[in-house]
Amino acid sequence: MADRAAALAADLPLPSVRTPPTPAARWRRIAAKNPLGVLGTVLIALLVATAALAGLLAPFDPVAQIARRLTAPDGIYLLGTDEFGRDILSRIIFGTRISLYVGMVSVGIALGIGGTLGLIAGYFGGWIDNILMRLMDVMFSIPSLVLAIAITGILGPNLRNAMIAIGIVYTPTFARVARGPVLAVIQNEYIAAARTVGARDGRIIFRHVLPNVTAPIIVQTTLSLSTAILAEAVLSFLGLGTQPPEPSWGTMLGTGRKFMETAPWVAIFPGFAIMLAVLGFNLLGDGLRDALDPRLK
Amino acid sequence: MTRYLIGRLFWCIPVMLGASVLIFVLLRFLPGDVVDIIIGSEGSATPEVRATIRRLFGLDQPIYVQYLVWIGAVLRGDLGSSLRTSQPVGGLLLSRLPITIELAFLSVGISVLLAVPLGVLAAVKRGGPAELVSRLVGLVGLSLPNFWLATMLILIASLGFGWLPSLIYVSPLSNPIENLKQMLMPAVSLALALMAIVLRMTRSAMLEVLSQEYVKTARAKGLAERVVLMRHALKNAMIPVITVVGIQMGTLFGSTVVIEQIFGLPGMGWTFVNGIYQRDYPTVQGAVLMLALTFVFVNLLVDMAYAYLDPRIRYG
Repeated sequence: MADRAAALAADLPLPSVRTPPTPAARWRRIAAKNPLGVLGTVLIALLVATAALAGLLAPFDPVAQIARRLTAPDGIYLLGTDEFGRDILSRIIFGTRISLYVGMVSVGIALGIGGTLGLIAGYFGGWIDNILMRLMDVMFSIPSLVLAIAITGILGPNLRNAMIAIGIVYTPTFARVARGPVLAVIQNEYIAAARTVGARDGRIIFRHVLPNVTAPIIVQTTLSLSTAILAEAVLSFLGLGTQPPEPSWGTMLGTGRKFMETAPWVAIFPGFAIMLAVLGFNLLGDGLRDALDPRLK
Repeated sequence: MTRYLIGRLFWCIPVMLGASVLIFVLLRFLPGDVVDIIIGSEGSATPEVRATIRRLFGLDQPIYVQYLVWIGAVLRGDLGSSLRTSQPVGGLLLSRLPITIELAFLSVGISVLLAVPLGVLAAVKRGGPAELVSRLVGLVGLSLPNFWLATMLILIASLGFGWLPSLIYVSPLSNPIENLKQMLMPAVSLALALMAIVLRMTRSAMLEVLSQEYVKTARAKGLAERVVLMRHALKNAMIPVITVVGIQMGTLFGSTVVIEQIFGLPGMGWTFVNGIYQRDYPTVQGAVLMLALTFVFVNLLVDMAYAYLDPRIRYG
C-alpha cells in the first residue's frame, strides 16, 4: 500500500513552488514600476547629503560678508551675492540644514503627539475617542497656516517657536491618519487573543496595533515633511521664523524680494531650493504610498 | 435634507465655540504682561495705573470669567477694538473680508476652470499630450511655493512689461476692470497649487467612473460620447473633486495671508499679519475667529453641493 502511494506520488508533477522574492528584488520591482518615487528618493538623498556635507560643499562661509553687495552670478560667486555681500550658493547649501532640521523636529512633534492621540482614540473608542477627535476637529477649523502664524506671532518670532507652531498645527492630521486604521486593526482576532491572555492595553497598543498601522503613518510623515518645510519657508518669509543672519531659504526669499528689480538672483535661487525639497518629499511620499498600499500591488 | 442641514448647522456651533476657546487661550500664552502691550512702548506706568488698566480690561478676573465676557461680547458682534487705532475690530474685519473672499473665489474659479477640462482630457485620451501636461502641472504645481511664484510673477511683469502692482486697492464696484487687473496675479499665484490637486483628483475620479458599468450601458444604448462623458461620467466624478476643493479651502485661506501681504491687498490675511507685526491682539483674535468661521461655512456649502450632485445622498 505504502509503496503504491509512493509510486503514485512520484508520477505526480511536483507543485511548482514559487520562492518568495528577496527584499532587494521586491524593491527593484517596486522601483521599476515607480520611476517618480525613485526620483524623489534621489532628490532626498541629495538633500540629506548636502546638509551633512554643507561644510565641505559650500565655497564660502554662509554668514560672512565677503563680497560687494548684490554681485551678479559670476565665476566666483556662482549664484551671486545678497544685500550684505554674502555668497548665495553657500547660504542655500547651509539652508538645507535648517529646512531639514525644522522638517524633522516639527513633524516629530506632530507625529509624537498626534500619532499617540490617534492610537489612543482609536483603541479605546467611546468617550475618549469622542473628546479627542472633537478636539482635533476644533483645531482643523482654523486654517493651519493661520494658526501657525498666530502661534509664532504670539510666542515670539524665532526658529524654535516656528518648529513648535508647525508641530502643533499638523498634530490633528496625524491623529486622524493614525486613528482610522486602528479601528480596523482592533477588530482582528489576534487583538482579542492578546486581551484573553491578559496583555495590558499599553502592550497591545505598542506591540500589536502600532506595527500594523505604520504604513499610512510613514506615508503621512513623508508628505508632512514637505508641507513643514514649506511652512517654515512661509513663516521665515514673513519674518516670523528663522532670524537673520541664519541662512533660511524663506528668509532669503523674503529679504531678497526687496532687491528684486536690480538683483533678481537673490530671490530666484532660494525658491528653486524650496521647490526641489518639497518636490522630493512629495514624490517620495507618493512612491511610498504606492509601494506600501497592498491594494495597489 | 432640511433636517440634515439643521443638524449640520448645530454641529458647527460646538466647533466654533471650541475654536474660540482655543484662540482665547492662545492669547493668554503671550510672553510678558498684557498690560505692557496695552501701555505700549512708551510705557512706564505706576503700579496704580497698571492696576487700573487691569481692572478696566477685566484682567483681574478669573480666566473663565474673562472668556465668558469676551465670548458674550463676540456673540453680540463686538470683537473689541484695535490696540493701535482704537477702531472697532468687527467693522474693520468685515470691510476687509470681501477682498479675501473675492481672491479665494477667483483662484478657485481659475483652478477649476483649467483643471477639470484638462483632467477629463487626460483621463479620456490616455498617453496623449493632455496626460503629459496634466502630470507636469500636477507635480510642479504642488511643489512651487506660491509666495515664490507670486514674487516671480511680479518680477516678470515689472521687467517684461514695466508693470507694477498697484499699491492702492481698487474695489470691483468702483472699477471692475482695474480690480480684475489687480487681482489676477495674486489669484493665479494661489490657483496653481489648487489646480494641481484638482487636476489629479479629476483625472483619477474620471478614470474610475469611466470603468463603471453604467458608463458601458450608456455607451451601449448608443448615446453620443459627449453625452456619456458630460452627463454620466463627469457629474459623478465631480463628487470627490468638490470634496478636495472643500478640504483645500483651509490651505487656500492660509495662503491668502501671504499672498495679500506680497501684493499689498488689504484683505483679512493682510490685516491679520499686520496685527501680528504690531502686536495688536484684538485684531489678531478677531481675524482668526472670522477666518475659522468662513472656513467652517465653506465646508457646510461643500456638503450641500454633494446633495445636489448625488441624488443618492439625501441625508435622512
